[in-house]
Amino acid sequence: MSDAFAILDLLQQNFGADTFIQQSTVDDIPTLWLPKEKIISVTTYLKTNIPQPFNLLYDLCGMDERDRSGKEKLPVKDFTVIYHLFSFERNSFIRLKVGLQGEYPSLPSITGVFKNANWYEREVYDMFGIKFEGHPHLQRILMPLTWQGHPLRKEHPARATEIGPYRLVNETIDREQDALQFKPEEWGMQRESDDADFMFLNIGPQHPGTHGVLRIVLQLDGEDIVDAVPEIGFHHRGAEKMGERQSWHTYIPYTDRIDYLGGVMNNLAYLLAVEKMAGITVPDRVKVIRVMLCELFRISSHLVWFGTFAQDVGQLSPVFYMFTDREKVFDIIEAVCGGRMHPNWFRIGGVAQDLPKGWDALVRDFVEYFPKKIKEYTNMVIRNSLFKGRTKGIGIYTLEEAIEWGVTGPGLRACGYEWDFRKKQPYSGYEMFDFDIPTAQHGDCFDRAVVRVEELWQSLRIVKQCLENMPEGSYKADHHLTTPPLKKYTMQDIETLITHFLNVSWGPVIPAGEAMSCIEATKGANSYYLVSDGNTSSYRTRIRTPSFPHMQMLPFVSKGYTVADLLSILGSVDFVLADIDR
Amino acid sequence: MTVMQHVWIVLGVLFVLLNIAAGLIWVERRMLAMWQDRLGPNRAGPLGILIVLADTLKLFFKEDWVPPFADKWVFIFAPAVVVGSVLMSFVIIPFTPQIIVADLNVGILFFLAMSSLGVYSIVLGGWASNNKYSLLGAMRGASQMIAYEVFMGLSLMGVVMLTGSFKLGDIVNAQKDMWFVIKQPVALIIFFIAGIAETHRLPFDIPEAESELVAGYHSEYSGMKFGMFFIGEYLGITLISAVTVTMFFGGWLGWSFLPPWAWFFLKTFAFILFFILLRASLPRPRYDQLMETGWKILLPLALLNLMITGAVALLIRG
Repeated sequence: MSDAFAILDLLQQNFGADTFIQQSTVDDIPTLWLPKEKIISVTTYLKTNIPQPFNLLYDLCGMDERDRSGKEKLPVKDFTVIYHLFSFERNSFIRLKVGLQGEYPSLPSITGVFKNANWYEREVYDMFGIKFEGHPHLQRILMPLTWQGHPLRKEHPARATEIGPYRLVNETIDREQDALQFKPEEWGMQRESDDADFMFLNIGPQHPGTHGVLRIVLQLDGEDIVDAVPEIGFHHRGAEKMGERQSWHTYIPYTDRIDYLGGVMNNLAYLLAVEKMAGITVPDRVKVIRVMLCELFRISSHLVWFGTFAQDVGQLSPVFYMFTDREKVFDIIEAVCGGRMHPNWFRIGGVAQDLPKGWDALVRDFVEYFPKKIKEYTNMVIRNSLFKGRTKGIGIYTLEEAIEWGVTGPGLRACGYEWDFRKKQPYSGYEMFDFDIPTAQHGDCFDRAVVRVEELWQSLRIVKQCLENMPEGSYKADHHLTTPPLKKYTMQDIETLITHFLNVSWGPVIPAGEAMSCIEATKGANSYYLVSDGNTSSYRTRIRTPSFPHMQMLPFVSKGYTVADLLSILGSVDFVLADIDR
Repeated sequence: MTVMQHVWIVLGVLFVLLNIAAGLIWVERRMLAMWQDRLGPNRAGPLGILIVLADTLKLFFKEDWVPPFADKWVFIFAPAVVVGSVLMSFVIIPFTPQIIVADLNVGILFFLAMSSLGVYSIVLGGWASNNKYSLLGAMRGASQMIAYEVFMGLSLMGVVMLTGSFKLGDIVNAQKDMWFVIKQPVALIIFFIAGIAETHRLPFDIPEAESELVAGYHSEYSGMKFGMFFIGEYLGITLISAVTVTMFFGGWLGWSFLPPWAWFFLKTFAFILFFILLRASLPRPRYDQLMETGWKILLPLALLNLMITGAVALLIRG
C-alpha cells in the first residue's frame, strides 16, 4: 500500500503543499481534503495528467457532518462531498473530500471530467440539497420530484411515524401525476427533426421487459432509438438512511435486500467494512464458509439472469429450467442458513452458526449435477443462432467507454479487460482459491452473456475447492465486537458480562473511523463506505452498487439500436432495481 | 347433396373448429408445461381440461371495455375480421372426400386471399387502439404479413403445377401414390415458415412481442374482443396445419383401418403440436432480421423452386 500513497507527493508538488489536508483512515485509502475550487483541476489531473491515471470515478457521495461527534479533529465543515477514484493500473483507490459550509452549499460539478458523475451528483443533490454548479440537469433522481426536503440530511425524519399521517387526496394525485409527465424539452430533446416526428414511448414503470419498476422514456424515430431517459427511484427504500438508525448488527438484514439476487454477498461487503473498523480478523473457516455461500449465490444470481435474458429475446423455456436449478442451490442455502433469498446469515466477525451436519453431501451432489446442466444451457441458449443474431454486435461499448461510465464486473470483462476484485484485491481469502477470470473481446450483449456463463463454471470450481478444503476451527472470531458476542467467559467475570450485555442490548460500539470495502459482487463492484463516530450505529452508510452506473450508461449504449435491441441490452446488463435504487 | 346436408356440413365444421380452437388453449398450456418441466393447468376437471370453460367464462364476464381514446367502431370491428377471415378460409379445406364446404376451383387462391385479409385486423386493431405499443405492433404486423404472403403463395404454386389444379380436392387425390412432401420439400419448408409468420406465433410473434411491446397490437383489448384475437390465433394455427396437410401430406389419405377424417385430424394435430413445440424452444428474431430472411432468402428460394418445378414438369410431360 506504500505505493498507493506515492500519489500524494505528486499531488502536493503540483498543487502546493497547503492545498491538501491528509486524513488517515483504517482502510488505508489515501484520503485528502481539498477546497472546492480545486476539485475540477485535481480530478482532471488525476484522470489525465499522470502516469497510471485514476480513470474510474468509482463513487461519489455526500455526507451531513453537522451532528458528527469528534469532528473537531477533522477539517470538516457542515457537509462533505466524497469522491472515490480508482486506478486500474495502480490497483488503488484515492479518496477526495470537499468540505462545504452552509445550509444548502454548492460546489463545481465534475460531469465535464467524468461522465458518470452525472447521476451521482444528482443523487447527492437529491439526498442533501447540495448544488453542483455546471451540472447539465440537476434534478432529483431517487425521490419523487414533489418530495419536500432532502432525506439524508440529519434533520430529515427517518420514519413515517415522525412525519404524520399521509393523505392521498385528489390534488395530491394530480400533482404527482403531473410530476411524472415526461417533457422532452426538459431533457434537451426535440419533438421533431427535419424529416420525422419523433415518438416518445414510455416503457415502464410497469412493463414486462424491465425486470422491475424501472421507467425508460424512449425517443423513437420509427423503431430506432434516438435517445433514452431512464428514470429510477421507484424501488428506493432509503437503505442508506436506515443504516443511520439501525445498530451495526441489526443493519445486516437490510443489506441482503440491496442486490436481492446476491443474498449473503451483500452481507459480506458490509461486514468487511465493519470488520476493518473494528479490527477483527476472522478465522479461516469463516472465510471459506463465506466464500462458498457467496459463490453459491453468484450461481443462483447468474441463473436468474440467464433465464430472464433468454426470455427477453423471446425464448420461453430456459427460465423454467434455470429456476428449477436455482431451487437446488437454494436447497443448499436453506439447509445451511435457514433462509433462501435473504438469509441474513453473516455476522460481524463470523457467521450465524456452524455448517450443519451433512452440508458436504448436499454441496457434493450439486457440484456433480450442475456441470452437465451448464453445458445443456449453453447449447440451448448461447449456441442458438437466433440468439446470436439478437445479441451479437448489439449494445457495444469499448473498454475506454466502459471505464468512463463506471462499468465493473462482467460488463467490463466482456470488453477484454481481465479485472476481478477477487483476484486483484483479494478479500475474505479469495487468494487461497484457484480460478480464472473469464473475458471476452467485443463488449456486446453476446460477450457479456458468454462471460457470465463462464463465471458459472468458475464459481462451481470455487465451491468445489471449498468443499474439499473446508478448514476446521471456529465459525466466529474471538473478538469482543463479534455479534452475537461469544458467551465463553460471560458467567465468570463482571467485565465480560457487562460487555456481553451491552453488545446484545445496544449492539456493538464500533470505534470511530472510516472504511470502505470492495467486493466483486454478482453484477460488478459493490462497496460499503462506512463512517463511525464511535456509536452503536453508523454515522453514514454509503452503498456503492454496480447497477447504478450500468443503468446510467443505458442511453449511451442504446442509441441507434431498435426497441427490440433495447431489451437485449437491458437483459445483458443484468441489473437489479433494488441495487440501483437502494 | 341436398341443401340441408350443406347446412349441416357448414354448422358441423363451424362447431368442430370453434371447439378445437378453444380446446387448443388447454392443449397448448399442457404441452408447454410438459416441455418446460412444470404441471400447467391441472385443477379444473380431469387433467385440467375444464380450464377451457373457465377461460371462456372469464373472457365472457370481463368488462367489455372500449378505451375512451380509441376509435370505437374500428376497435370493435378489428377482432371480428381475424376470426371471420380465418373461418372463411376453412371453406375450401377438404376434411374428407365428402366433408368440404365448397370445393372451389380457385381453392388455393381463395385461401391466400382470405388469409391476407387477416392483416386488416392487426392494422385496424393497432391503429384504432390509439396506443403507441399497439401502433408499433400493427406496423410490424403489417409489414411482416405482407412480406410473408408473397412467397407463401409462390411456395404453393409448385404443388399447383404438379397437380394442374387449384382445387384442393384434386390436389389431395393427386397424392394417392406419393405425398407432395417428397416432390416439394423446399416448398413445404417455405410454406410452413410463412405460415408461422402469418399466424404470428413464436418465434415470429413480433407484432405482439411481450417483452418489448407488452401485448403489441392487442394491448388495449380485453374481454371477448381479446378472446376473438385469441381464438383467431388458434384457428390460424389449425388452418395452416390443415393446409400443410392437404397440400403436402395427402390430406385425408391414409391406410383404411382409420376413417379419412381421422387421418386428416391426426396429421393436422401433429402439425399443431409442432407449432407449440416451436414456441417452447426458439427465441424471437428481430423485426428487420425477419424481413431480411423473408425478402433475401425465402423469396428467391421460392422462385427458384417454382422454376425448377416448372422445368421438370415440362420435361416429364415432354
